[in-house]
Amino acid sequence: MFTSVDEVSARLAETGYLASPAVATTVFLADRLGKPLLVEGPAGVGKTELAKAVATIAGAELIRLQCYEGVDESRALYEWNHAKQLLRITAGRDETWDETRTDIFSAEFLLPRPLLTAIRGDTPKVLLIDETDKADVEVEGLLLEVLSDFQVTVPELGTVTATRRPFVVLTSNASRELSEALRRRCLFLHIGFPDEELERRIVRLKVPDLDEALAASVVRVVGALRAMDLRKVPSVAETVDWARTLLALGADTLDETVVQASLGVLLKHQDDVLKAAAKLDLDAV
Amino acid sequence: MTAAASDVAARLTDFVAALRAHGIRIGTGETVDAGRAVAALGLADRERLREGLAATLLHGTGQRPVFDPVFDLYFPRGVGAPEERPADRDDLRDRLAKALTANDTALMGRLAGEAVDGFGGYGSSPASDGWSSYQTLDRLRPQTLLARVRDDIRAQGGTSGFADRLLDDEIRRRIEAFRAMVATEARRRVAERRGRDEIARRAVAPTADRVDFLYAGRDRVAELRRTVQPLARKLATRLAARRRRAARGTIDLRRTLRGSLSTGGVPMRPVLRRRRPARPELVLLCDVSGSVSGFSDFTMLLVQALHDQFSKVRVFAFVNRIDEVTGLLRHGVADPQGLGARIQTEATLTRWHGSSDYGVALGEFAEHYADALGPRTTVFVLGDARTNMSDPNLPAVRDIAERARRVYWLNPEPRTLWGTGDSAAPEYAGVVAMHECRNVRQLGDLIARLLPV
Repeated sequence: MFTSVDEVSARLAETGYLASPAVATTVFLADRLGKPLLVEGPAGVGKTELAKAVATIAGAELIRLQCYEGVDESRALYEWNHAKQLLRITAGRDETWDETRTDIFSAEFLLPRPLLTAIRGDTPKVLLIDETDKADVEVEGLLLEVLSDFQVTVPELGTVTATRRPFVVLTSNASRELSEALRRRCLFLHIGFPDEELERRIVRLKVPDLDEALAASVVRVVGALRAMDLRKVPSVAETVDWARTLLALGADTLDETVVQASLGVLLKHQDDVLKAAAKLDLDAV
Repeated sequence: MTAAASDVAARLTDFVAALRAHGIRIGTGETVDAGRAVAALGLADRERLREGLAATLLHGTGQRPVFDPVFDLYFPRGVGAPEERPADRDDLRDRLAKALTANDTALMGRLAGEAVDGFGGYGSSPASDGWSSYQTLDRLRPQTLLARVRDDIRAQGGTSGFADRLLDDEIRRRIEAFRAMVATEARRRVAERRGRDEIARRAVAPTADRVDFLYAGRDRVAELRRTVQPLARKLATRLAARRRRAARGTIDLRRTLRGSLSTGGVPMRPVLRRRRPARPELVLLCDVSGSVSGFSDFTMLLVQALHDQFSKVRVFAFVNRIDEVTGLLRHGVADPQGLGARIQTEATLTRWHGSSDYGVALGEFAEHYADALGPRTTVFVLGDARTNMSDPNLPAVRDIAERARRVYWLNPEPRTLWGTGDSAAPEYAGVVAMHECRNVRQLGDLIARLLPV
């Protein structure tokens, strides 16, 4: 898909995703080595966005499996369309049992779910397995087969093997430790908070109307907040939100009143707000 | 294979071996992937190589602090001394101030090389010479540049208004980054002389979960605290899984037979005995005297983070008197840094002198807080069992052990030191089970293993 790391950065940037060198390098390798990419990092740094951006570049269909507690095989792989099967049986009353049986377990009655969809067919696809850590351990077992051999076994139909491997992105917030076996099958990428310069570019890209000097101040204040020991430090999504808020408030420069009024956009816990206010020398909020 | 390619392969396998020596588990498959990554990326761009190797070899974020210094040793920025001869100290400080003002990390890296070359060397005989980052920083004193850099930035009009008050902290972070660069450079220079493998083994700090509680410095303690929440989550899932398994329980014969009446006495459906969902009660007795307070702090925070796993948690702190700190801890979670200090000021822990006395403290506990113990309580005693030569008061421990369901003693000292000096560890270990618990990894394993279901 790509010929060089620079090409990855350039094309990601075209879609509005500014990648750090780490991200660009890892995406390039995932494509080159044909391995799934496990992306970890705090919420709101663009893990899911990365998958979307890759899909856009490759002109690929994005297939998303959103994991949650209780997601199971029938949600992740495939299901039989029971209603349609029943209709089929009713419609063909005078058939022999053997005819009906072979018929109702054919591809026509199969409802492919994300994992099966991703490995069937020849069109380019990006498979996003979002918040893998929210799923139960059993689902990881399921993923192992899919991710190492890119195949799915349907007992009645046989094994479906991918003729064209999808680009796979798994995301995790590390709320549960993923199994060693799953990690071994993936390239590992940790997306942390971007450095100051990159974040400034991101803010400028997402909120183009914001004054350049103000954008720089915004990024610096967020950087200072991240250096504090807070319960939930602001991430990139919050930086962008804050920049939008400031724009909406019509603020030209940052001053105490503005920061005080809008600190809630960045911080989501009252203790954090108090602590940050004290550290930044704001008067009582 | 060409000579160059085999050289890279050898370098890569040495690198992997060094990482393995630090407890990072890397299989052959990953090494092969790393080789393919090197082939795909080339060796021209060092940061890309770093990221590529990290992506193929690592499996988690916690391994990165080990990976980076080892990478710097095996794939150094340059070899040998920098080409420019170092000028005098003032000139270097001038240029460093400019680099800090502009936040130019590439230039800072080059200056770190020059600084180590110019001021870091010591010794003259081949056997005893080396490079010291401490000595370099001591002569260069980058921290004293703060005011100057601040003035420079202000003079350029780079900041204004509100963000200005962040300036000092930002410059401090830049200086800290420069100090780290100097340390890396000194390590690399030493490694060139002494052999990379040895330096990689000795000079790279362990991952946070292997840091010894007793020897953790202040910044490592802060780093440890950040691992409390993830560890607690991990333990909670493990405990929940164990509880689920245990709840499947044994066959209830009476109810199975009664159920079999409808099937003519054939027990078609085994009925399982249901367990009462009794969550264990936990009592912590923590030595918070200077030497072991880091360990006790960490464990208290961990237990607090796990609180929903227990029906009741009570925490007692002692030095030579014991006092209940359960309430303090509840508020302490929001501010783990102040926790130790708050416990010291708000609870009555000492009298006459400030050194720990296990005998008196345990005796007081058995006497005044006996109501905390019951048939469902598990007691954890945290401390190094160093009693300063006073009476260990074994009867009190025996008394506690009799009233509680289980008593475990977690000792942050290495097992080989138990019984040396004023340590009463062997005596206590004769009464209650004592476990060595020196780092987060051991603590996590012990808690997962010892906690009752």
